[in-house]
Amino acid sequence: MTVKTADVIIVGGGVHGASTAYELAKAGVNVVLFEKEYLGSGGSGRSAAGLRQHFGTETNLHMAKYNLQVFPTLEEELDTGMSLEFTQWGYMWVAYADTVLAQLQKNVDLQRSLDIPSVMMKPDEVKARWPYLCMDGIIGVAFCGDDGHINPQTLTLSYGHAARRLGAIVKTYCPVAKLLAENGKIKGVVTEDGEEWHAPKVLLSAGPWSTPLAATVGVDLPVYPERHNLLITEPVEVFDCPMVLCLDDGAYFKQCPNGTFMFGRDDQDEPHITESTNSAKFLEGVTKSVLKRIPALSGVRVVRQWSGPYDNTPDHNAIIDWTSVEGLLVNCGWSGHGLQFGPSGGRVCKELLMGEKPFVDLYRFRLARFAENDLFFEPAFI
Amino acid sequence: MTEKKNVICRCEEIEIDEIRKWIDAGYTNFEELKRILRVGMGPCQGRGCRDIILRELSKATGKPVAELLPGVIRPPVKPVKAKLLAEDNE
Repeated sequence: MTVKTADVIIVGGGVHGASTAYELAKAGVNVVLFEKEYLGSGGSGRSAAGLRQHFGTETNLHMAKYNLQVFPTLEEELDTGMSLEFTQWGYMWVAYADTVLAQLQKNVDLQRSLDIPSVMMKPDEVKARWPYLCMDGIIGVAFCGDDGHINPQTLTLSYGHAARRLGAIVKTYCPVAKLLAENGKIKGVVTEDGEEWHAPKVLLSAGPWSTPLAATVGVDLPVYPERHNLLITEPVEVFDCPMVLCLDDGAYFKQCPNGTFMFGRDDQDEPHITESTNSAKFLEGVTKSVLKRIPALSGVRVVRQWSGPYDNTPDHNAIIDWTSVEGLLVNCGWSGHGLQFGPSGGRVCKELLMGEKPFVDLYRFRLARFAENDLFFEPAFI
Repeated sequence: MTEKKNVICRCEEIEIDEIRKWIDAGYTNFEELKRILRVGMGPCQGRGCRDIILRELSKATGKPVAELLPGVIRPPVKPVKAKLLAEDNE
């Protein structure tokens, strides 16, 4: 059997794998990406795809700011003919308790110190600007008008499409069976079809599927799947409803540019599985909660629901680090906010793989933090 | 005479030429076309367009329709008013 070779192998065709393939191909690197189904078929394409600069740590804010610098011109840059449906209708964090409001204020203070245009708003200001919102019990919100929405499917597919155009090999419906290492160094991968590929550097960016793949070369990742559900309604008149995240029961909703509404709600009791199964309990719970906040939507029809896996870590932050196997880089564990980090994730992985200095300090994302009990605490995670 | 448009996905108003363009670009399964064009994502979830698209894919790939992935139809299958879902169903 012929062994094929590349400079870099990427395992996982979510947004981070696809954006890294694009960045590497743009830099002239010979890169091959393996995806078990179609690009974005894991967590990426199933994401609610909110774009925000509301974080409470400098590391995440530096990266979030970069993402929002890239998105406005990304469709033009990738030039694939697919629409990324980028909008900046804003992102709102709604507080129902004093402690929550105090934390939002702290986050906003930090954001403003980094020139991110977030503001705190009082309930009457919210009511005046978005009169259709009925949010009994709110005591204040944090809002950033530059934040918004993107189509997570076309984002991931476009990165892959542009990477191919620049010479990357993007193999879909081609699952990797195992990684290969020799004498403590990464050697390549074997696909389920029995193809063997060798490369001196491998990026593992397979979301919750990263854990079993890393284990094939003895690397232990504390990343596990958790099912999250979303639904979409029929389209209604477009009125630029921002992403509204309710910090009492974790419900959220927003209007998409085609007029549809997306509803989501987090639930502690969701199963820790990668399978995208459906939940009737979700449909009832989310519609109850969201209609309380935006009663005008009560007559709107729900068209589809779906689910997808988060790739959770113990501190709900990603791991971007070299592993104990030389040449094996991991970028996974984004715990539900990874889609929007596609641009910055792709950039830092390209920088690491090419031996360059990453544009942000990645110390907080290191893998050893779990063993050292030095967790990366981010006050603004959902 | 005005030019006739051959719209095969009425939910998203996608014409057959658009489908063929993306098949030619290498997207040779229903799942990918759905995500690029939204075919099958509208209120009918592909009842109108799925068979036509699968036949196009069959022509392009040489595989019989029966061997092609048909994509997923998701609950609640037919659109349901949000307030009905929010009612207590004890």
